[in-house]
Amino acid sequence: MKNRLISDIGGLPDGPLDLSEHEPTMTERRIDAMMMLLRAKPRSFWASDENRRTIESLEPDTYKKSEYYERWVLAMKELLIEKAILTEAEIENKLKEVRSRMEQS
Amino acid sequence: MTGSNEPHGGHDHSHNDFQPDIKEPTENWEFLEIALRELLVDKGVLSAREIQDEIETWEKKSPEKGAEIVAKAWVDEKFKARLLEDANQTIREFGIEVEVLKMVALENTPELHHVVVCTLCSCYPRPILGVPPLWYKSKQYRSRVIREPRAVLQEFGTTLSDDTEIRVVDSTADCRYLVIPTRPVGTEKMTETELAKLITRDSMIGTAQARDPIGKRS
Amino acid sequence: MSDQFKVGSKVRITNAYPPGHIRTPFFLRGKEGLIIRHFGKYPNPERLAYGLNGLPKLNLYQVLFDMETTWQGDGSFSSKDTLTADIYETWLELI
Repeated sequence: MKNRLISDIGGLPDGPLDLSEHEPTMTERRIDAMMMLLRAKPRSFWASDENRRTIESLEPDTYKKSEYYERWVLAMKELLIEKAILTEAEIENKLKEVRSRMEQS
Repeated sequence: MTGSNEPHGGHDHSHNDFQPDIKEPTENWEFLEIALRELLVDKGVLSAREIQDEIETWEKKSPEKGAEIVAKAWVDEKFKARLLEDANQTIREFGIEVEVLKMVALENTPELHHVVVCTLCSCYPRPILGVPPLWYKSKQYRSRVIREPRAVLQEFGTTLSDDTEIRVVDSTADCRYLVIPTRPVGTEKMTETELAKLITRDSMIGTAQARDPIGKRS
Repeated sequence: MSDQFKVGSKVRITNAYPPGHIRTPFFLRGKEGLIIRHFGKYPNPERLAYGLNGLPKLNLYQVLFDMETTWQGDGSFSSKDTLTADIYETWLELI
């Protein structure tokens, strides 16, 4: 069986380009900023290649349907757990708290 | 920006110039951003201040520096030669320090037209051009331009003669590419500053040509 | 052997499909091209991707491919059009 990464899409058919530009949301800017800070010096928690690898490891369905920054935040979660900076349990608990806060508004 | 996120439309009352989308997070992945950020800040791994500073650093970056570099390459043959030979060293003169990655300048001519892509992800010469456009990161661009360059360039309104070789450059590794677009005819008397205004971000990616000077008839 | 490749070498991209983090595009496996630039040596991304140091560094080359041949005529390009990719030496074979 020929392995093909989900991100290895050069030459595959696809539709017309959307050339519109829109300002990124604060969420997107923050994901971008956090990624840079965690990856670059002085922290250097992981290499760009590890970020790419974690994105490539997403479920194909997730990869296909997700937004660009959605993939980044999922990769960031994965790497933070891998590097033992955060635990899966901590993240799940915090997510529950954030969701209930949001629902109350 | 405060350390915690206010759920009731907590607007950013900071002094920022830009006005980003005041969009309430509604998707799971947006909640995940909040969760991760709060945990990281609470644990002292990151600070809210740092995150904001980083956002502002990237806000300030634009393709302007790239356009200055290209304009200089257009007027100064020796500079262009140095840029083509060793872009990392040459762009240092513009205050851009690129350490790990290799910057490479590609010269477009009427015979050879380069277009840059990263089919595997979204590698882009950020230190020179700032943040990449959304279309550059899109699956449509990444899949198609390497196989359908003429059709894709058409979508940008760019048509090239069949006698011109289009070369699609896939950034698969440690290099980041800057295209030096072909200098338009009728610009011989223009200053570097005036020339820089003709050099668009898309022309430095290769999906468009540099702008023609105003009033020029083709 | 690192010395076998140089600018002007005709090469074939290894026709293999290993698992893991690979930076050699799928569409180029088994395709023939020409080395047009030697960038120097860089750490191996296939290992960097897993937190390893990626050493020893590998020679990295820009390889030029003809669109007509690569896509077997199926696409939107003219006969002169080409594409390049930056490929590490472990993926190249001399033709």
